[in-house]
Amino acid sequence: MNKYIVILLMFFSTLSVADTLYITLEKDNALAIVDGESGKLLKTVPLGQRPRGLAFSKDQAYLYVAASDDDTIQILDAVTLKVVGHLPSGDDPELFKIHPNGLWLYVSNEDDNKVTVIDLQKKTAIAEIAVGVEPEGIAISQDGQWVVNTSETTNMVHWIDPQEQQVKENTLVDPRPRAAEFSVDGQWLFVSSEIAGSLSRIDVSSKQVSAKLHFKVAGVNDELIQPVGVLAHPNNELLFVALGPANRVAVVDIKTMTVKKYLLVGQRVWNLAFSPDMKRLYTTNGASNDISIIDVDKLKVTKSVRVGHYPWGIAVKAESGDSSSAGSMKLKPAKP
Amino acid sequence: MRHILLILRFIGYIACSIACFSSSVYADNLAVDMAFLTEKMSHPAALSNLDPVLSDAGVQGAILATKDNNTTGMFTGHHYELKRVDVLVGEDVVSEFNQLVADGYQYVVADVQTVTLKKLSVIAKANNVLLFNVSSTDGELRNESCSTNTFHIIPSDEMKADALAQLMLKKRWTKWFLVKGTDHEDLRFTKAIKRSAARFGIKLVEEKTWSFDHDARRTAQAEIPVFTQGADYDVMLVADVKGLFGEYLTMNTWRPRPVIGTQGLVPTAWHRTHERWGAVQMQNRFYKQAGRWMNDIDYSAWLAVRAIGEAVTRSNSVQLDDVKKFMLSDQFSLAGFKGVKLTFRQWNQQLRQPILLAMPRAIVSVLPHKEFLHPRTYLDTLGYDEPESTCRL
Repeated sequence: MNKYIVILLMFFSTLSVADTLYITLEKDNALAIVDGESGKLLKTVPLGQRPRGLAFSKDQAYLYVAASDDDTIQILDAVTLKVVGHLPSGDDPELFKIHPNGLWLYVSNEDDNKVTVIDLQKKTAIAEIAVGVEPEGIAISQDGQWVVNTSETTNMVHWIDPQEQQVKENTLVDPRPRAAEFSVDGQWLFVSSEIAGSLSRIDVSSKQVSAKLHFKVAGVNDELIQPVGVLAHPNNELLFVALGPANRVAVVDIKTMTVKKYLLVGQRVWNLAFSPDMKRLYTTNGASNDISIIDVDKLKVTKSVRVGHYPWGIAVKAESGDSSSAGSMKLKPAKP
Repeated sequence: MRHILLILRFIGYIACSIACFSSSVYADNLAVDMAFLTEKMSHPAALSNLDPVLSDAGVQGAILATKDNNTTGMFTGHHYELKRVDVLVGEDVVSEFNQLVADGYQYVVADVQTVTLKKLSVIAKANNVLLFNVSSTDGELRNESCSTNTFHIIPSDEMKADALAQLMLKKRWTKWFLVKGTDHEDLRFTKAIKRSAARFGIKLVEEKTWSFDHDARRTAQAEIPVFTQGADYDVMLVADVKGLFGEYLTMNTWRPRPVIGTQGLVPTAWHRTHERWGAVQMQNRFYKQAGRWMNDIDYSAWLAVRAIGEAVTRSNSVQLDDVKKFMLSDQFSLAGFKGVKLTFRQWNQQLRQPILLAMPRAIVSVLPHKEFLHPRTYLDTLGYDEPESTCRL
């Protein structure tokens, strides 16, 4: 009898939602498509030059990919993965995010010190917002009230009001801020600072830094601890931070701002994404040309998969076609 | 006397009026006046006409950083201006510097010779002016001739030589054939090379002085094979700072050996092929502005002006004492597109930074490698460490 229960349990444990990973390969000018559950590389599709950030449209019909060296965002049909159009992204697009209204896409233009807002229906730029030197990360609060942009050389977080498409406030953070991520309840904004090796927690209501965490990994030089990608768990308790050349992902308790665990992944870990069922966390590891797959419940690295040269961005699509996708460019899973 | 004044007025005021609504925590409209002082040097006849002689080395980096500072200033209510002063060959740098001091300039970025910098350091100290050395690599300035108000941005000869030695040690190419020129800069670099060789257990198996004064283009093929005969070695180390003969050693040596030092594989603060850690954006912005690639002096000048900007922003003060104190504190760190934060060594006010080892069209490595251990930071495996320094501030 017990045998049957075990078999039954095994059946359920493998019955997670199937998902597909879309990973930009910066040096291959291509998109790797990987089955999330088996970790199998399914195929590779050619893209424009130096593809980096990517995200699905709200209805999952299109996949947008920033082709940085082509100065454009390519629009791919999400099913055929053929290029069906372009967006006027401005020069050197790297990171972008889509507003919860599904209509506005915010992209940072590193060379021009501005953020461009693109209307996804009209496929035209509707606003250019002057920000600090070398704008990088973009984050959008789930309620759509705030769009934030980090500028790497100015060392600030710029708070953009999407109704007016204007900078309303600025917060000074540690040197070379990279990624930004709102907590799922919208109370906090987390910002990683690559050169300082720190994570700032900013109170969204006051726009002031309320807590700061400096990462320390035993046996790793402080200089190599360079936090980049940041991803919030929907449980509003955990935050995952990619530490670049420290080859670790830090699991951070957001209340106490302490590190629960460091997970050893591939080299120069960059961006992060969850599987739609929240069972797995995926990391792109630029220098080792692979992705790592982490069991989110056990906080254990289970697998690494070679995908191509310099994997950079990652977007995840549920095979059931629900609206969750993740990664540096993800849309948040809907609130329960 | 030709006195070039270039007042850079950026859109700061206009931008500030747009953005200052957000600057409530900052004192509005703090102005920072900086000067860039260049001592023009006479140039020796070049070995080839490949590289143009630059009239704007250094100042272009300072201009770019001033723009960058002013972009930040839009949000903080700080405004930066840069005055450019060029002193022609044979004219008096000291009187120009005194004029700047008299005009109230407290932040002076200096592209001057070692001997001049020593004189300016004394005046800077007496008049509460901060001086930023962006071109002299002389170790003496970081040791016995150091000064409390002088910051060294450009890496010293010793930092560069240590970087070379570390890579050679890693490759086990530890038998060097040294070829040096005759002028004082060549001898200074030679001294740094010998110090590094001793530090990292590298053996100089042969040492020769190149004193031929004819045009190397015509005779390299005939002279160099003969000149480079002798004991067997792993690499040829050349000390030819002005570039009078070094370029012609490669592929003309008697034995098939690589050339490193001032030519061949070179240690450098910046290089046009450097593109990691966001350096591409820096290269693009600089090229767009200057119409040429950035060199070590431009990069150092950019860092100097950014260091001022960073300290002003973080301390929210333009007072020299606050700025200097912040620069030397643990809180200061500068992002310089080298993958690590750049900070100042408190014992001689040298900016810590990785060194690029470059071939003409590629970066070979960025030193130090993390295997070179140090109790404070591995960056301090380059150049004069605290116990070795004779600087007493």
